[in-house]
Amino acid sequence: MRLTLHIWRQKNGGDAGGFVSYPRQDVSPDMSFLEMLDVLNEELTEAGDEPVAFDHDCREGICGACGVMINGVAHGPEPGTATCQLHMRKFKDGDEIRVEPFRSRAFPILKDLVVDRSPLDEIIQAGGFISVNTGSAPEANLMPVPRRDAERAMDAAECIGCGACVAQCPNGAGQLFTAAKISHLAELPQGQPERASRASAMVEVMESYFGSCSNFAECEAVCPKGISIDFIAQMNREYLRSRFK
Amino acid sequence: MSSILSLYRSAIGKKAVMAVSGFLLVGFVLGHMAGNFKIFLGEEKFNHYAEWLREIGSPALPHGGALWIARIVLLGAVLLHIHSAWSLTRASRKARPERYRRKLSARQATYASRTMRWGGVIIVLFVFFHLAHFTWGWSWAHPDFDPGNAYRNVVEGFRVPWVVAFYIVAQLALGLHLYHGFWSALQSLGWDHRAIDSWRRPAAATIAVALTLGNTALAISVLTGWVG
Ligand code: FES
Repeated sequence: MRLTLHIWRQKNGGDAGGFVSYPRQDVSPDMSFLEMLDVLNEELTEAGDEPVAFDHDCREGICGACGVMINGVAHGPEPGTATCQLHMRKFKDGDEIRVEPFRSRAFPILKDLVVDRSPLDEIIQAGGFISVNTGSAPEANLMPVPRRDAERAMDAAECIGCGACVAQCPNGAGQLFTAAKISHLAELPQGQPERASRASAMVEVMESYFGSCSNFAECEAVCPKGISIDFIAQMNREYLRSRFK
Repeated sequence: MSSILSLYRSAIGKKAVMAVSGFLLVGFVLGHMAGNFKIFLGEEKFNHYAEWLREIGSPALPHGGALWIARIVLLGAVLLHIHSAWSLTRASRKARPERYRRKLSARQATYASRTMRWGGVIIVLFVFFHLAHFTWGWSWAHPDFDPGNAYRNVVEGFRVPWVVAFYIVAQLALGLHLYHGFWSALQSLGWDHRAIDSWRRPAAATIAVALTLGNTALAISVLTGWVG
């Protein structure tokens, strides 16, 4: 395949940055998007140029490290797919592809396509945990969980924390991520003791960094795990309840 | 009370206030339309209805008392609705100071959801005109206004084609606003989707279509001379 890449290059946070075009020949349709960038980087390195910096780790769609804007869509055109799992066969010969970093005030650009997503970690630190006494593990079946709740908790727990929801949101809101994390624990018996304080603490940190939700549902459309905005309704409920306790 | 005030400091709280005030206003516009349908019953019935609105609660309330209570509540709801929208919009603008160079391509956001803010502005302008037209009777808006005859005011007001055209545009904006707004308000209040999923889209669509068609039909009936 022949493609033209326009990749956002930016030396560091202070640099203005801009698109640089890279015409590509012989791109294999079987490559993943990141492998395609690997090949480009090899050539850049051989030519003595700076390779394109991008985040990645597992490359199997489960860690949430990867993620760029591809033609104005977080993780690119294929729904339910992280950038590392996106294959070049999803593009057409001759396509022009614009690659840009996730943009949000909360995600400063470190270099090229790499952004600092640590506010998501801060949200987790505020309440995305349960407190248990360490020691011998309790008998697994002592705490029955209704199947429906377990399923719903698992649906929320699928979130890999990539930040695509923030990147795609016209408001730059962090609702889907935070909602998934709050709902995941709110559905399980282990999450009950801290249920109200968790919701209010996590929402507070979220709102200090991100925009507010207009229920556009753009986040749901680009989420590589297909997390539903129903969880945002649940977060609203958990939060409103916590304020009246 | 203090928990309500602290709630309003948070964005989710503002959305809840926006939702509740929105429901109140939806209730009002539905009632407003239903009452106005009395125009089809003729001059006497319509003017009688207009007079009745001033007498609700009498003799406990003074003449026009209930109407003023309703006006104050509605004004409060409108102000809260606009203030919350305004401050959330500002917060969201700040959340992405560096815009995307390649514009975000919308994936599934509806046209209605993407026009909430400007649609809201159209509705505010319309409400102002509507009050000047039929409540205050300002002469530039309604040259033949007669404070004692609501029926004649409506009939003469809707004989002017550009006025009716503006009303229709505003009703379309209102319909779009409610199509997203009603659905979205349930989401903002955190209603359990399992309980409402089957009806919230259809309900939003029904309210939006009923209001737009109902109000438009009224104005067109007068314009075409079918009423009056
Ligand atoms: S690299 Fe782990 S999800 Fe893409």
